[in-house]
Amino acid sequence: MDMPTPNPTVLAKKPRLVQRLRQVLPADAVIDDLSETRAYECDALTAYRCPPLLAVLPSSTQQVSDVLRICHEEGVPVVPRGSGTSLAGGALPTADSVILGVARMNEVLETDYDNRIIRVQSGRTNLSVTGAVEAEDFFYAPDPSSQLACAIAGNIAMNSGGAHCLKYGVTTNNLLGVTMVLMDGTVVEIGGAHLDAGGLDLLGVICGSEGQLGVVTEATLRILRKPEGARPVLMAFDSNEVAGACVSDIIKAGVLPVAIEFMDRLCIEACEAFAKAGYPQCEALLIVEVEGSEAEIDDQLTRIIEIARRHNPLELRESQSAEESARIWLGRKSAFGAMGQINDYMCLDGTIPVSALPMVLRRIGELSREYGLKVGNVFHAGDGNMHPLILFNANMPGDLEKCEAFGADILKLCVDAGGCLTGEHGVGIEKRDLMLHQYAAEDLEAQMAVKDVFDPQWLLNPAKVFPLSVSESRRAVQVAAE
Amino acid sequence: MLRPESEAELAQIVAGLTAPVRIRGGGTRGVPGPDAELDVSGLSGITLYEPGALTLVAKAGTPVAEIETALAAEGQRLAFEPMDHRGVMATEGTPTIGGVVAGNISGPRRIQAGAARDFLLGVRYVDGMGQVISNGGRVMKNVTGYDLVKLMAGSWGTLGVLSEVSLKVLPKAETQATLMVSVPDAGTAVRALSAGLGSPYEVTGAAYDPALGQALVRIEGFEASVDYRAEALSRLFAPFGTVARLEDDPWPGIRDVTPFQGRVGDVWRISVKPGDAPELAERCKAEALLFDWGGGLIWALMPEGADLRGRLGEFAGHATLVRGDRTQRAMFQPEPAPLAALSRGLRQRFDPKGLFNPGLMG
Ligand SMILES: Cc1cc2nc3c(=O)[nH]c(=O)nc-3n(C[C@H](O)[C@H](O)[C@H](O)COP(=O)(O)OP(=O)(O)OC[C@H]3O[C@@H](n4cnc5c(N)ncnc54)[C@H](O)[C@@H]3O)c2cc1C
Ligand SMILES: Cc1cc2nc3c(=O)[nH]c(=O)nc-3n(C[C@H](O)[C@H](O)[C@H](O)COP(=O)(O)OP(=O)(O)OC[C@H]3O[C@@H](n4cnc5c(N)ncnc54)[C@H](O)[C@@H]3O)c2cc1C
Repeated sequence: MDMPTPNPTVLAKKPRLVQRLRQVLPADAVIDDLSETRAYECDALTAYRCPPLLAVLPSSTQQVSDVLRICHEEGVPVVPRGSGTSLAGGALPTADSVILGVARMNEVLETDYDNRIIRVQSGRTNLSVTGAVEAEDFFYAPDPSSQLACAIAGNIAMNSGGAHCLKYGVTTNNLLGVTMVLMDGTVVEIGGAHLDAGGLDLLGVICGSEGQLGVVTEATLRILRKPEGARPVLMAFDSNEVAGACVSDIIKAGVLPVAIEFMDRLCIEACEAFAKAGYPQCEALLIVEVEGSEAEIDDQLTRIIEIARRHNPLELRESQSAEESARIWLGRKSAFGAMGQINDYMCLDGTIPVSALPMVLRRIGELSREYGLKVGNVFHAGDGNMHPLILFNANMPGDLEKCEAFGADILKLCVDAGGCLTGEHGVGIEKRDLMLHQYAAEDLEAQMAVKDVFDPQWLLNPAKVFPLSVSESRRAVQVAAE
Repeated sequence: MLRPESEAELAQIVAGLTAPVRIRGGGTRGVPGPDAELDVSGLSGITLYEPGALTLVAKAGTPVAEIETALAAEGQRLAFEPMDHRGVMATEGTPTIGGVVAGNISGPRRIQAGAARDFLLGVRYVDGMGQVISNGGRVMKNVTGYDLVKLMAGSWGTLGVLSEVSLKVLPKAETQATLMVSVPDAGTAVRALSAGLGSPYEVTGAAYDPALGQALVRIEGFEASVDYRAEALSRLFAPFGTVARLEDDPWPGIRDVTPFQGRVGDVWRISVKPGDAPELAERCKAEALLFDWGGGLIWALMPEGADLRGRLGEFAGHATLVRGDRTQRAMFQPEPAPLAALSRGLRQRFDPKGLFNPGLMG
């Protein structure tokens, strides 16, 4: 994975930049020592690392604006950072960039239960947003598995999803407004507690723009009342195809579960060894969860189980208690960790039409044999968002490259099946060079035109999302602006 | 009149345009513009429908009715409940899915299920240079590149001419029920609706008709569940006024603002924080009002030419002139300067020659 060569003019500016930034930020908010900037050298795509020129940790929108204005004047690239859990290298710095971390901005600014909103600073973690409203029985719906660590800032930038988004949608469907600072330091307020944009839906394009359009400092989020209860049922099948057909039938029947999660044999075995969730040993396992009152749950599960029975399940296990529900979810929630115990792994995130599930899984199996690398599949089946986990050995020369080639083949397969490269993790650097497989040159040109408008000099997180060859002339403007 | 029959022909026509056009789907939403018309209704037909994957792809000129019929046959629907403007606009014609998407048109269920933009999975459109651009796709989760899909929804044709849209659809509910609470004023109504929307009982419609003094709440789902929730909500609403279960279905009427139909005056649509609605509605001094989205959407019937934005003053939200003389008054709420600059920048990049519905959005 190439990154652009650092700009020597920018590198040479370091002392001057430090001095200017210290005039607008407290001393401890400007980090220039290599021993400390190393903490920002990568995100959760740990195969790629590079310490930034500097890291800054502002604690207000005003400070963010000051930092950006200075970097803009100096022509220095800025990489926004939330908690650094991106799996796509979205927060990976270059040696000539300033990391702008929002971790110190984690306050709740307003909670309003009557209007069902919460306003937070963007560095607040996903789980602690729910934490702030839980006592009143409310919650913030998007629930990425990384929710303990990841920040709302990163969630907005990546338009993150979670297991329950089949019913509640992803970040963009739950985001009502932002305060955002443009690269030149201009502070803009978009949206708010009301619904829908008055003009163009700028909020819609900011969400998922991977830190390339502005730095989000505050967000207004929709909060919801918790359902009265929830209950999962576990279903075991002896083939992926049958499990896939069952998913499709459940959806067609008009019951809309909050989650339908799918795991294949390799994942089931890994989770079993790691978390001892008591999963049946089978080819494919579904966890289907429904919500409501006890009676409503019974009613929905009866319908779902009736459908499942038509597909000759090896086992149907309806949770009988809160502990059993927790155990059913335990395995799924620790799937990544479990796979990590076996080996190094790379987590993919392509989405496919649900109907293409059996074909895609079969083809992934064939590719796995061709490459000689094992792959486990765990994913959000209701919406076709796959998470193939390719196992490799980072200490074995050539294995990472082989794994990346295998990953690229799987993602191309997803696109060819009518899907896309990434369902919730984002493009970052990881899928940047595959963008031309999904989009034509004009399609990418249209997207880059949006960045041209928000950040004409291409200083914000410039080396991401678009293939370097495609964004080259735009990034050259930045160097020429010196 | 320009009426392409295919996307390629549309692209060719746009590439050759030298003067602005008004993009017309079904012509039902009464949107002003230049005299030259680019009629998209020739691009018509459902191209893909997979009920098991909850997805439907259609050409932009496809009549909404055709889509709704196809969905109904599989027990599904457009969950965002697009309104039919014909009554209130006194227009004729066939509403198209492209018009729904271009206007981000959503009805009462928007409060729970989301807006048209939330159900839009992908678009194909022709930009101002005559290039066919594709963004998004037909899958439910997609963060590959920027979300131009959202940007196109609600752009009222000012960024490009949609040629194809793909949508997420949802199962139709088995049954529905409507509770009516008799309330004395808007303040009580909004508090009651907030209580309903803040309950775990999944309210999918929350409206208030001041003319009748009725707060209305809809619940949908399987029969037993609807009964259960109707009872729970009735208890919840008791402190606000007398509660009754309505036999009729008032929601199509709320969606299409039927109380304003046939009445003279301007029609405005105001989007606000629900809790602000009673006071803001007061400021309008309207001839008639209708509240939807738990108070978050105020429909106001105003005397012709009345300066509603002037009456409202500074407020958090926006007001759209849906019916009225838009040569006198902008259809859309003017944006603060930095946002207006961004929007202008986007329009210049997507449509550099200013061909599409110029002036409509500022
Ligand atoms: C174990 C594990 C499980 C995961 N599970 C899920 C999952 O279930 N669903 C899912 O969607 N993702 C998942 N992720 C991916 C990741 O957690 C999400 O992408 C998350 O939203 C990133 O948030 P962050 O705060 O860590 O952002 P970072 O990693 O710090 O940054 C991510 C991107 O956001 C940009 N950014 C950060 N702050 C700002 C800001 N203030 N303004 C503008 N741009 C900004 C960055 O430049 C970067 O491009 C998982 C990751 C891990 C490690
Ligand atoms: C009886 C009648 C009454 C009228 N009253 C008024 C009035 O009060 N005030 C007034 O100003 N005009 C009025 N008009 C003008 C009329 O509404 C416009 O001539 C024209 O009908 C606009 O059609 P439409 O595309 O809006 O229809 P719709 O299909 O409903 O389109 C709605 C919006 O989406 C856009 N759009 C539609 N399809 C696409 C697509 N495929 N791609 C991109 N954008 C698309 C349109 O440009 C428009 O902005 C009236 C017209 C009639 C016939």
